[in-house]
Formats: sequence, C-alpha cells, structure tokens
Amino acid sequence: MSKKKAVEIKDLKREFQMGSEIVRALKGISFEVEQGEFVTIMGSSGSGKTTLLNILGCLDKPTIGNYFLDGVDIKQLNRDELAQLRNHKIGFVFQSYNLLARTSALENVELPLLYNKDISVSERRERAIHALEAVKLADRFDHMPNQLSGGQQQRVAIARALVNEPVMILADEATGNLDSRTSYEIMALMQELNSKQGKTIVFVTHEPDIAVFSSRTIQLRDGMIQKDTKNQDQKSAKDVLAALPVTDDYNTSQ
Amino acid sequence: MNIFNLLRIAYRALLRNKLRAFLTMLGIIIGVASVIAMVAIGQGSKQSIHDQLSNMGTNMLTVQPASNVNGGVRIAGSSFQTLTIKDITALKANTQYISEISPSVTSRGQAINGPLNWPTSMSGVSPEYLDIRKLTLKDGIVFTQNDVLTSAKVCLIGQTVIDNIFPNGENPIGKIIRFGHIPFQIIGVLAPKGFNAFGQDQDDILIAPYTTVQKRILATIYYSNIYASATSEAVTDQAVAEITQVLRDSHRLRDTEDNDFTVRTQQELIATLSSTSGLLTVLLTVVAGISLVIGGIGIMNIMYVSVTERTKEIGLRMSIGARGKDIMLQFLMEAILISITGGVIGVMVGFLSTWIVTLTLGWPTIISQSSVLLSFFVCAITGIFFGYYPAQKASRLDPIEALRYE
Repeated sequence: MSKKKAVEIKDLKREFQMGSEIVRALKGISFEVEQGEFVTIMGSSGSGKTTLLNILGCLDKPTIGNYFLDGVDIKQLNRDELAQLRNHKIGFVFQSYNLLARTSALENVELPLLYNKDISVSERRERAIHALEAVKLADRFDHMPNQLSGGQQQRVAIARALVNEPVMILADEATGNLDSRTSYEIMALMQELNSKQGKTIVFVTHEPDIAVFSSRTIQLRDGMIQKDTKNQDQKSAKDVLAALPVTDDYNTSQ
Repeated sequence: MNIFNLLRIAYRALLRNKLRAFLTMLGIIIGVASVIAMVAIGQGSKQSIHDQLSNMGTNMLTVQPASNVNGGVRIAGSSFQTLTIKDITALKANTQYISEISPSVTSRGQAINGPLNWPTSMSGVSPEYLDIRKLTLKDGIVFTQNDVLTSAKVCLIGQTVIDNIFPNGENPIGKIIRFGHIPFQIIGVLAPKGFNAFGQDQDDILIAPYTTVQKRILATIYYSNIYASATSEAVTDQAVAEITQVLRDSHRLRDTEDNDFTVRTQQELIATLSSTSGLLTVLLTVVAGISLVIGGIGIMNIMYVSVTERTKEIGLRMSIGARGKDIMLQFLMEAILISITGGVIGVMVGFLSTWIVTLTLGWPTIISQSSVLLSFFVCAITGIFFGYYPAQKASRLDPIEALRYE
C-alpha cells in the first residue's frame, strides 16, 4: 500500500511544567494515519488523550519528537503559520458544537473560509452551500443555531469542518452531548463521509460503543499507546440506526 | 484576511448585540453632539458680540484723559483735565487718517417737562458725533455748527427719555424741556438703539452742542472725551499713532513722560470680548472633550467585557485558522465601527440640537466645520486607542484554553 500519510507521529513526548513538577502527559508515542482512514483514539481521562488531540489539531506543539501533518513538520512553524495550517488542513468538530450564536447556519459554515484570503465571496458561498448539502441540511441555510436540534447543530459543525476541504477531520467527543440515536446519526454521517468521499477522520472519544464504527482504534493509557488495532468487524451506523424506530430527524434512506 | 471580510465579521458581531452596541455608542454620540453644539453656541455668541460692536462703529476711537504723575502722586484719569479745544484744533490740522472728530462732555441731571421729570445724562458734542457713533435721527434735525458757535439751547432726545417725560405719545419736536435749570428746545428724536453689550440703555440720553453743556451747565473748558473716526477700520492703528503723536506735542510732553491720555479703539474692545467668549469656547470644548474621553472609556470597558464573554468564540476562530492578527483586527474594527457610527450619529444629533437651541432659545449659533471634523477625528482615534488593549488581549489568548473556557 502506497497511500499518502495524513499523519506521522514519531516518538512524541509532551511535558508540562506545573510549578516545580514536570508532568509528562505523553511519554513517547508513534503512529501513522493513512489518508482515508477512520481512526478512533480512546482513553480514560488522564490518559493524554486531550494533549494528543491538541497536538494533532496543531493547537500545541510536542516537547520532543516529530509530528508531520500531510508532510509538514509543525515544529518549524510559528503561531501564525500554525493558524494557517489549521485553516487549510484541519476540520475541527467539537463536543459542544461551538457554533456562533445568532449567526445563520450558512454563515457559520462560511467562517473558516473568511480566514482564507484566496477564496472569493462567491466561491465561499458556493462551498458553504455544498458542505451543508453534504450533511443533508440543504433546507436549513438560514436557521440560527438555537432553531436547530443538537444533531442538526453538530451537522452544521461538521459542514464547517468540511468546507475548507481538510486533510483530516478531527472530532473531539463529537457525540458526547447527543443522545444515542443522534449519536448514531452523526456516526452514520461520519462513515458516509469516510467511505464515499474518502475523508480521513480522527475521532477522539471515551465511549467504546462509538469506537466500533471506526476502522481502527488507538487505545491510550498513561501517556502511552496501549493498543493499536484494526477493527475487523466495523459496524455500520446506518444498520444500527435502522434497528431503532424511525424518526424524521435524519432520514437514512437519503 | 481582507478588509471587507473584517468589516463583515465586526459588523455581524455588533448586530448580534444591538442594544449593547447602541449603549456603548451613546457615550460617543453625546460627546460628539456636545462638542458640536457647544462650539456652535460659543462661536455664535462671539459673532453676535462682534456684530453688536461693529454696529457701534468699529472704526471709532476714543481719547480719554489718563492717570498721570503729578509731583509723585498718581492721579485718576477721570479727575484729570487735559483735553481742550487746542487738542481738537491740532488734531484737525495734523492728521490724515482721521475723518471726523468730536469733543464730548457729559453732565448728569434731571430732564423736566412740566410735572414730569427723569434722571438722565446730557452729552455735549459736535454734529459729527452722530456719524462717529452711528446714531441716526427718527425725526427732526441735527443741530448745526452755528448752534455750536452760539451755544444754542437745543437738544436731541433719546426714546427712553421721551417715554418718561412725554408719556402720552405727544410729538416732542419743538417742545421746551428743562435740563436742570436750563431750558432746551427739542429739535430731533434719536432712533432707538436699545441696550449695548454692557447693558447700558443707549436711548437714555440727551444730546446738545458741547459748547452749550460746557458753558451753560458745567462751566469748564475741558472735555471729558474726544471721539474720532478713523478713515477706515484697516487704518485704525495708524490713526491711533497719529493721535498719540499730535496730543503729545500739543500737551508738550517730554520723551521721558508717560501719555496723559489713552486712545482706545473698538478693536481692543472686540478683542477683549472675543477672548472672553473665546475662553468660553475653550471651556465648553474641554467639557465636551472630557465627555468624549468618558465615551472612549465606555468603549474600552465594553470591549473588555466582550472579549471575556466571547473567549470561547475567539478560541473557535483561532482553531479554524484565525491568526492573532485577525482576532485583534476584528475587535479593533468593532471598536472603530462603534466609535465611527457613534460619531456620525453624534454629528447629526449635534446639528439637530444646535438647530433646536437657535429655534427655542433664540441664541445665535454657528456650526464650525473644524469642530465637526475635529470631533469626528477624535472619535476615530478614541476607537483605535481604547479598542487596542482589549483587542490585544483577545489576540494573545491561547486557543486551547480559550476553547475550554466556560
């Protein structure tokens, strides 16, 4: 397999100075994510999951070791360059959606493109509409976040993560605030984006029943990788959803 | 990020908090409006004082006896008698910048018409006095040079005196009244001039030939004042120099001696009054300026609150690619938008309130271009200055912590 690497992490360590004490959050981890993979990173609190997420998201830099995102060594970049890199190569999906209040769905999705000066007004609008269509919210362009359900809000957030055509979608407990039905809907959407559009997805969670929908699980424990396994029997979220009683919120037959 | 995106982001952020944006603007609106209105009122009163003085004859010069040293004792000007017919003759013969000249003596006394009387003052002058002081007659004629030569007992009468001793509206022309013990025939009625800038009633007066007042009432050869007109307002300074030289020669003053008279021009008066109302303008501007600064502090306060409140939004914007510079410009732009919008509204409110002041209180107002430009400029600066620190604070936030902020 000669697939391009989306993420390469080599012997990565991250230490924090807390007063006189040095806290070692990550104690030397190495893994690679190929393009088109759907990886879940699991771990209980204190496992270094959040630290890894921050580094993967280029919000933080490793103390020791290297992190290449799409072949770019982030150690060489300053604050502004990291921001540019996030803008071009990463799509964030947060647990609490983080949509701008009193701002329409379309404008929320346009937001990352406002910080990309190469994109014209018309192209920005076009791509935002396209992204909202991809998450099946074509009829909700003008809705404010408070007029949308939790699942719909998270889909707007996913559209926002898609709109800059990132190398990797980085989801942080993206189903944490949702009930199980809506969680399955979101996972079904993620799976669809992964399989049909070939999006690389890294999904950070602590819920094992979410991890079964991904193709690979990395288990963190005490700042080390405890387990890195391919999922042999990846479940389809659509099937799980179909087993539940049907609602109008998300029509799986689309 | 280009400027239009920036404007869009800032504009939307403000729209999301309309009331708060408006309340923040209010400080600026009041500041700008008060600068414009107060400066307009100050300028208006300055102009009206100037107009009033011009009406009195801005090319008028007044010569008064001044304090002088007599054997080491300084003597008050009013008790000093130096101005005589000799000075008038000398001035008439030796000046080129003076068009008209009139001596003046004044006596206070009762004007009596039968059973009615009224305390007033009588000015003894030459016929040129009316031109110099820009006085006109409503009715009748001015006394002549011949009346001056003969010390004729004729007088001109002011409206206030008429109102008090001819209360029934009869025509005073030709009537004989007494001033003190001396009977005078009224030959002319002065057009009313109203009160002057100092609150003196300019119509409470009788005017007679100076020789009459000197010889028949005061028994003096001295004048209390000399009034003169410069040929134009522009040559007032030359006229003053001329008068000074002629009078020094006439009074035989040595070079070491001070003048025993003063020559006053209306320009001095105008300058004095202008500087008084200029001071008023400065004072009002300072007050208004302070309210602008307070408005600016209001902006700063709100921007700080806004940055704290929107920490999570800032974290989000940073995580999706906003650089520190972008965040800073966004908040700076918000502050500038608030102050500029407030400035525009403030200018309109300033015009409106100035108009209302003129309409309701009848105060003269002049809206000066410079005050509009200045307050607008100060506004923009205020926005940048007071918006800068909150914006900088926002731009320095750590995206990780900002995202987790609750």
